[in-house]
Amino acid sequence: MHSTDLDFAERADLALENQFLRKAVRFTVDRLRNGKAAGSAALGDFESWRERGRAIRAHTIANLDRYLEQFCDNLERAGGHVHFAADAAEASEICVRIAKDRQAKLAVKSKSMVSEEIELNRHFEAAGIEALETDLGEWIVQLAHEAPAHIILPCIHKSRGEIRALFERHAGAELAEDTATLAGYARKTLRQRFLEADIGISGCNFAIADTGSITMFTNEGNGRLVTTLPRTHIALMGMERIVPSFADLAVMAELLPRSATGQKLTTYLNVISGPRRANEADGPDELHVVIVDNGRSNQLGDPDFQAILHCIRCGACLNVCPVYRQIGGHAYGSVYPGPIGAVLSPLFQPEQELATELADASSLCGACHEACPVKIPIHDMLVKLRERNARPGRKSRTERLMMELSASVLSSPAAFARAGRVARLLQRWTIFDGSRMTFLARRIPVVKNWLGTRRLPPPPKRAFRDLWPDLEREVKS
Amino acid sequence: MWIGLSTFAAPDGARVEPNAITTRAVRVSLFITCLADQVFPEVGVSMVRVLRRLGCEVRFNQQQSCCGQPHHNAGFTPEARRVARSLLDAFDGDDHVVTPSGSCAAMLHHSYPTLFAEDAEELARAQSLAGRTSEFSQFLVNVLGVEDVGATLERTAVYHPSCHGTRLLGVGNEPLRLLSRVRGLELRPLANSQDCCGFGGLFCVKLPAVSAAMTSEKASHVSATGADVLVGTDLGCLMNVAGHMRANGSKIEAMHLAQVLDSGHAQH
Repeated sequence: MHSTDLDFAERADLALENQFLRKAVRFTVDRLRNGKAAGSAALGDFESWRERGRAIRAHTIANLDRYLEQFCDNLERAGGHVHFAADAAEASEICVRIAKDRQAKLAVKSKSMVSEEIELNRHFEAAGIEALETDLGEWIVQLAHEAPAHIILPCIHKSRGEIRALFERHAGAELAEDTATLAGYARKTLRQRFLEADIGISGCNFAIADTGSITMFTNEGNGRLVTTLPRTHIALMGMERIVPSFADLAVMAELLPRSATGQKLTTYLNVISGPRRANEADGPDELHVVIVDNGRSNQLGDPDFQAILHCIRCGACLNVCPVYRQIGGHAYGSVYPGPIGAVLSPLFQPEQELATELADASSLCGACHEACPVKIPIHDMLVKLRERNARPGRKSRTERLMMELSASVLSSPAAFARAGRVARLLQRWTIFDGSRMTFLARRIPVVKNWLGTRRLPPPPKRAFRDLWPDLEREVKS
Repeated sequence: MWIGLSTFAAPDGARVEPNAITTRAVRVSLFITCLADQVFPEVGVSMVRVLRRLGCEVRFNQQQSCCGQPHHNAGFTPEARRVARSLLDAFDGDDHVVTPSGSCAAMLHHSYPTLFAEDAEELARAQSLAGRTSEFSQFLVNVLGVEDVGATLERTAVYHPSCHGTRLLGVGNEPLRLLSRVRGLELRPLANSQDCCGFGGLFCVKLPAVSAAMTSEKASHVSATGADVLVGTDLGCLMNVAGHMRANGSKIEAMHLAQVLDSGHAQH
């Protein structure tokens, strides 16, 4: 889904034509954002919690080197292995090498957006190792050969009917369309695979510096099986995914589930501090934590973008985004969709076309910032990205010319007044009451795009500035 | 500081008599915005009349044009600064500056500090301007302390809270408090009112299909209320939603809050 010849507008148009997708996305984001509203209200003064969350994330990221080092030391002391990956390719290489060294044939995965970011499944496949998604939503998109369409609900765009069809194809048999049957089929099928797996691959919601622990907030229980049954556990984490201590995790545990789904807490909260010890019955023999940079450290010290590293991947900004709501995740063409994806993708992959087009995929309504549990000013970052994109050579010459010309007119009140008079005359000649498009108006892209679905108000005879002398006299008389 | 306003700032928001006499008028300089100036001058006229009824002395400086937001939001920062500078020049005094747009007011409050961050003198002027600038409903309720302006409008209305006004500027229930005191006005609640209407300035012409899908959903919620008037505090949003609805056969009328508050008074 990531490599495509279509631009964002074209991908969005395709999504807009898919009424099933739009209905499914709207239904689910409404459920999630209503859940968040109720869940955050139940916490009392949610604003003060947001501020605590922001302060913890800001402090941690400002001291990331220190906390990363502390985390690594403590993890190694607990018997874990630490690997640093500078980019996506290196991260996948490390995972593949660990798997190959152990003659692994099957890796079971719990949900990890970093594994999507580094395209781990593709690399495992190339190495002849099966990588099986065990999160229900991730398994569904894997069966459909798609990418996740949402960072916490990968199959948000799929209807129950589509999921049933995928499962029936996999089962080679007919299945009833109720949730219990479909989830039951997944459970039965996947359960056997957990037992066969050589490697378990998980993500990491937060790593705790002062204990060297990794944590996972999950709802399905597959995360526990992935991290305990196979002999080797590989945890993938973005290098920013750290909190200093359990006390800080307690704050994040209030913010993350409530912002994601509205839950007080996810069904499971796993805290893993090293591999199985000699006196323990369960757990893997080996624990490897792969810490992925992949563009993150470039944001450190950048006053405009460092705060993007505060993100806790709750998906709240997707659920309130009016653009995401209409088109879903795949139209973004990036691993991370929605407002957060529009900021993350260009930062991680600055050389790609996505870098310019996704910054425009927003009406700058600010709903993302309002919803963010750690107060990341995403809409301001989108403007900053547009500023980068507007540098000479990166925008069409027509757009630059239009912007320069309009700035000249608008910065001179006299020119502005004259231009207004001309524009009103033109509008009267070409569009009249705004209900029909004349030959001429159809040739002007801006006008055409507006009038495609809307009318223009009829032009006034005079501007306010021309009415003012009369208004001024009104009061004196 | 607000000498002469005690007449209006009755704690219970009691009705203010039109043409009440004050000892010293509050001076208001009107920031009309480029859109109201050129496309909706009647909104400016209503603002002037409402403010004068409340005893304000209203001025209008012809040296104003636009706040620079279209350029700023498109990433053309030097161009935005150039336009914004002309606004600093136009409002260099110490009057209150009142505008019919929460979005343009938010541009001054939220974006001017970064836009002018590199020049201390300009930054000070920008901060002074932002400090004196209010969106219309905020000015009436929070500065003048008025909720009932004595308006009458026998219509059924629905209010759309615009994104920049509410999220960036912090407009809360001020428009609703003002509307709830309009005699004869039936105000109906709007589902998903917090969702963007799809305007977004240049967004609506850069991504017309996505914008139209957003507008269409907003329009369906407005239609569902059965209201015949759509009220707002930002003309871009009103022009967008009403323009979409009228293109689809609706008879809905868009009114800026100022026009509603100017209703039911004998015109001069």
